[in-house]
Amino acid sequence: MDISVAPKEKVTPARSWFRSDATQRLLAFGALIILIIFFSAASPNFLQFNNLVGILLATAVNGVLALGVTFVIITGGIDLSIGTVMTFSAVMTGVFITFWGLPVPVGLVGGILTGALAGVINGTIIAKMKIPPFISTLGMMYVAKGLSLVISGLKPIYFNDTPEFRPITMGSALGSVFPNVEFLQIPNAVFILFGAAIIASLILTKTILGRYTFALGSNEEATRLSGVNVDRWKIAVYTLCGTFAGLGGVMMASRLNSAQPALGQGYELDAIAAVVIGGTSLSGGEGTIQGTIIGAFVMSVLVNGLRILSVPQEWQTVVTGGIIIVAVYLDILRRRKG
Amino acid sequence: MSELLVVMEGIEKSFPGVHALSQSRFELRPGEVHALVGENGAGKSTMMKILAGVYSKDAGRILLKGREVDIPNPRAAQHLGISMIHQELNLMPHLTIAQNIFIGREPRRGVKFVLDDAAINAQTRQFLDMLHLNLDPRTKVADLTVAKQQMVEIAKALSFNAEVLIMDEPTAALTESEIDELFRIIRKLRDQGVGIVYITHRLEELFTISDRVTVMRDGQYVGTVKTSDTTRDEVIRMMVGRTIYETAPDILERPEQDIVLEVKNLNRGRVLKNVNFYLKRGEILGFAGLMGAGRTEVARAIIAADPVDSIEVYVQGKRAHIHTPSDAVRYGIGYLSEDRKRYGLTLGMDVETNIVLASFRKFLGALGVVKRSKTRATAEHFVKMLAIRTPSLQQKVKNLSGGNQQKLVIAKWLTADTDILIFDEPTRGIDVGAKSEIYKLLNDLAHQGKSIIMISSELPEILRMSHRIIVMCEGRITGELSAAEATQEKIMTYATQRGGIIQTTESAPTLSQVGTA
Repeated sequence: MDISVAPKEKVTPARSWFRSDATQRLLAFGALIILIIFFSAASPNFLQFNNLVGILLATAVNGVLALGVTFVIITGGIDLSIGTVMTFSAVMTGVFITFWGLPVPVGLVGGILTGALAGVINGTIIAKMKIPPFISTLGMMYVAKGLSLVISGLKPIYFNDTPEFRPITMGSALGSVFPNVEFLQIPNAVFILFGAAIIASLILTKTILGRYTFALGSNEEATRLSGVNVDRWKIAVYTLCGTFAGLGGVMMASRLNSAQPALGQGYELDAIAAVVIGGTSLSGGEGTIQGTIIGAFVMSVLVNGLRILSVPQEWQTVVTGGIIIVAVYLDILRRRKG
Repeated sequence: MSELLVVMEGIEKSFPGVHALSQSRFELRPGEVHALVGENGAGKSTMMKILAGVYSKDAGRILLKGREVDIPNPRAAQHLGISMIHQELNLMPHLTIAQNIFIGREPRRGVKFVLDDAAINAQTRQFLDMLHLNLDPRTKVADLTVAKQQMVEIAKALSFNAEVLIMDEPTAALTESEIDELFRIIRKLRDQGVGIVYITHRLEELFTISDRVTVMRDGQYVGTVKTSDTTRDEVIRMMVGRTIYETAPDILERPEQDIVLEVKNLNRGRVLKNVNFYLKRGEILGFAGLMGAGRTEVARAIIAADPVDSIEVYVQGKRAHIHTPSDAVRYGIGYLSEDRKRYGLTLGMDVETNIVLASFRKFLGALGVVKRSKTRATAEHFVKMLAIRTPSLQQKVKNLSGGNQQKLVIAKWLTADTDILIFDEPTRGIDVGAKSEIYKLLNDLAHQGKSIIMISSELPEILRMSHRIIVMCEGRITGELSAAEATQEKIMTYATQRGGIIQTTESAPTLSQVGTA
């Protein structure tokens, strides 16, 4: 009677190393290391402290946006609005602090909540009105862009009355403790990025929201049939994405000491590119925060290095595009073996 | 009163354009296996999806242990102890076994937001042990075989302390020994007092496993009988509303004709090992074997759908160089996938378009314009010839039944002038009435000189249809039988003959087990 189904079968079928989940991250990480070695060898300026800080700063905002959209992409969705929602959050931060004279901390929270609100709206449109994410967030992209321009009156909003605003990202809390150690003069924005990444990673791997993020991307209908309130969690995921976009907006405003209403469009694509290079599948169900962070650094190291080598900006863009295609192709190859 | 676990009565359900259920009813006792049968479209799945909270009923009432209940969604059903294992497995392939089982009710720690994976792994371990499944709860579901995935679904249902367990075609993708394992689990649950609804197309199974049978037809309740009091023909009569005696195997004439297809030296890693065989004109060559024996892989290798290490294909005695599936079509080889919906048909398009899709070039006039009159005539011809039941040529294919969809795939390949047809599980998910039509069609095609390879996991089907049978196991051909000498036992012996591995009682199902199939 006790005949098991197929005792010869291994408990866990062997997977080739090429296919394992960690591999894409390793590939991306390897690519990052190779880029760094290449640029270090090609130009003595690359490893200069100021340049490295520049790379870290350039990664900060894009990285934060990419963190949020990682969740959305794992659900199998997309959020095209994060770039202009970031701008809208920055503008609203300016409104709160400069126009209304609210205290800076209130303005910061208000800015982040602006992004979260955009996320709630995105999620509600997608989950309740059943409009595909591509379309609904495309709409939100335009709405946020337009509102930024309307509210700001087409002009940048400066934070000149609140001198404590800019150091939030550009100051160095660590550096002020050790004022004489040059290599510790790292701007706060970098720590905000890594702090946000750690939080995002914990949410993705340890919490119920993270679990349902994967479940939605893996098989939404099965998730629904399992009794999960799919709509609610979808809204939560887009809200989280919007929150990160709001954080990105506040960081951007602080870094520039101004809210630039015309900025922002195109940032969403950089963020999505970082996520994809980091091995998150656009078809949903898999992805990691570590991968996204590595992907964001691949993007900024590439741009920075090419600039140092005096490659014209136009060609930087061409190379970036090529890298994205190669990264995704490697991912496809990895999946095909299996 | 409390003797009945579930009573459904007066159930009505309409979908746009279809009256799926009308005044339908069903009852279930605790500790019984109650088979629910009927042709495709009879409303079995719809009825049970209402009980499981997937669909809401338009009218009627559901009593659970004598109390009227409202089941608005799957979660409510689970709370009432009703679990359903759907035909399309409802698992999240990227998640682990434990994560799948506890989806929607994960134990949390601390602030009710943090997951406790250690707890779900430990509890999953227990459920798997109850089913004697030697699986690691942390294994990703995507890495499991279909059979194991099914077991995970059962473990999931058990984890709800289900009193009512609904299984929709649970054996469709299982091998004989896996079915035995499933039946063992079903009997165990039944003995524990669980009421089990067993939806199936396979009548043999019904007599093995069920205590009572309810038959549905056209969305209506036909009747309920005790399994031990009824016969196969009686059940079929209730299903189709007329008597179809399952005919004895057709008189098999052994065609002594020329070889139309020969495959030599086919190797593909560990999947296929030194496969050689030939196919004669007008012959139906059955490919038998357990799931994963490599039969589908052989077919896909012939049409170059998968890369292989080596293969030589000869068509009509001449070496054929097939590098893509479209090359195969040019050599007159058509492959009819087991997964009709994914690979065989364009579901959102109409009947006519699907029939001519693979051979559009034949219907092009000047400037590449499609000649509608010609496509319509061709489609009409095949609809008539194959008796495809469709209200019109403009009907969307997704609205046709499984049997008619299968005929449509055949029509498509006939239009493309293929002489060699490879059928992969031609009757999977097709009801009895349509099945015998497909059988007849295959016979007719063979008579007309088409050569057919038929891959099937149903032994009665293989035995009934094939002129010659090739049996595979683990990527090798382990036996060849003529129609005259073939028996279920012989096929199963070959099908479990693992090359180079010493047979043990565990790895080779014994004949007595096979006999239950």
